[in-house]
Amino acid sequence: MIQTFAFYLFAAFMIASAVMVIMSRNPVHSVLWLILAFFNAAGLMVLVGAEFIAMLLVIVYVGAVAVLFLFVVMMLDIDFAELRAGFIRNFPLGIAIALVLLAELVLGIGAYRAGEIVLGTPTGTAAPLIGAGNTESLGALLYTDYLFLFEATGLVLLVAMVGAIVLTLRERDSAHRGHQNIGKQVRRNPDEATVMKRPTIGKGIDL
Amino acid sequence: MTGFFQSLGMSYEWAWGVATVAGVLLIAFPLMLAVAMVIYVDRKVWASINLRRGPNVVGPFGLLQSFADGLKVFLQETIIPSAANKGIFLLAPIVTFTVALAAWAVIPFDAGVVLADINVGLLYILAISSLSVYGIVMSGWASNSKYPFFSAMRAAAQMISYEVSIGFILVCVVLWAGSFNLTEIVMSQRGHGFGIINGYWFNLLLFPMWVVFFISSLAETQRVPFDLTEAESELVAGYQTEYSSMAFALFWLGEYANILLMCSLNTLLFFGGWLPPIDWAPLYLVPGIVWFLLKTFFFFFLFSWVMATVPRYRYDQLMRLGWKVFLPMSLGFVVVISGYLMATGHYS
Repeated sequence: MIQTFAFYLFAAFMIASAVMVIMSRNPVHSVLWLILAFFNAAGLMVLVGAEFIAMLLVIVYVGAVAVLFLFVVMMLDIDFAELRAGFIRNFPLGIAIALVLLAELVLGIGAYRAGEIVLGTPTGTAAPLIGAGNTESLGALLYTDYLFLFEATGLVLLVAMVGAIVLTLRERDSAHRGHQNIGKQVRRNPDEATVMKRPTIGKGIDL
Repeated sequence: MTGFFQSLGMSYEWAWGVATVAGVLLIAFPLMLAVAMVIYVDRKVWASINLRRGPNVVGPFGLLQSFADGLKVFLQETIIPSAANKGIFLLAPIVTFTVALAAWAVIPFDAGVVLADINVGLLYILAISSLSVYGIVMSGWASNSKYPFFSAMRAAAQMISYEVSIGFILVCVVLWAGSFNLTEIVMSQRGHGFGIINGYWFNLLLFPMWVVFFISSLAETQRVPFDLTEAESELVAGYQTEYSSMAFALFWLGEYANILLMCSLNTLLFFGGWLPPIDWAPLYLVPGIVWFLLKTFFFFFLFSWVMATVPRYRYDQLMRLGWKVFLPMSLGFVVVISGYLMATGHYS
């Protein structure tokens, strides 16, 4: 009973906040609603017993991705009127994307209901559950059967990261390069940085 | 505790519900009391190191100073700037405070004395502590004022930077303990150094990681020398500039609850939690919670000691330390520690 109640609570909140993401006028509010949606998704994950995924969802999406979203959106000076003017123009595109997503959802649910994936066949292999927690089971599956896919994902992310760095790298002129040498700063001692002077009264000092 | 309430004649569901609420209150109220006293301790330690007296007027030795401050703040008027984004402005301190309390749900105070003994306890703490930046960013943006906004940007960059290396340090600890569960992490530290010292004290591979973790926890809670978000010489009071009354108090309570959380994490992950310092039978007669609190308050003393003695970092130095020193170091230690554990057959 409590599970059903919790499920509908999380699901309703998630859909409502997802709607608010696109409905709210202020982009910062949109990001905050998005964070609420992530949270409710994590709640749903906990309900189906995938606590590891739920925690990763919060750490990665809420803790890192959404912070950067918020960071960028806060800095941007967005003209809301101009943003809404494109609504009619982009409407057909939006409908097309929504239809594609709907078709994928129908296909996915259809495939899921067509029958269980048989263990040990090329269509799907699942390792037996090891231990009590799903952290261990996930690790056992990920680092044995799906090791290649896992490593490939890592490589794709690495390439994306290198690409982002290359795109934003600016060659600075040599005057600005390495302007902070911490080791040099630390090695400096009072003898080479300060001079003791005893000026006589009425006379200044030569600098 | 569920069993106790069941013995009073409740059904299991009701007993569980009542026990959980009671557990929450049993953690939250002493925590608030501890925060009030810890603020007093902080000021006293700081004053002593500066050769001052510190708070000494309200109550014996000034012990009631924090409560007097709380009452004063409670009686003040809440001022909301007219240019502020009202909803988010008021939400921000609530988020800070709630998040600071929520992380305590998985902290084990003694063997079995924990509200939620979940398998992914450490990940839960990491998830919750990554949320604490939202309170600051929201308050900085909603205040619609220059200094809070600068402070919010600094906070966001700083916390993300240090969370990365904290994550790798936690990976090291988890590798050694073989579990995300905080109770199991503490139990795996039993009799670790030379077989008689509880905790990872003299573990040559994990001790440097503790040093990095301690410094990162200073940065994570925005304490001196990393308190650039509240640098009073540059940013007035940072993100708290526009706040008054209880909203301001919630920020303070949340901040110190977070500091205590980081101190207890230092205790749990590296110094054996509720286990006595030496694996010697008579020491186990002392209740575990006493050891836990002693160690936690020792780390709090270290926090205020650092606050009184170290000058503030420059912002580029802060970023350099996080990304160019701590991140490669902790990443390297993950490799070294997992290699060591595989070579010595830790898991077989």
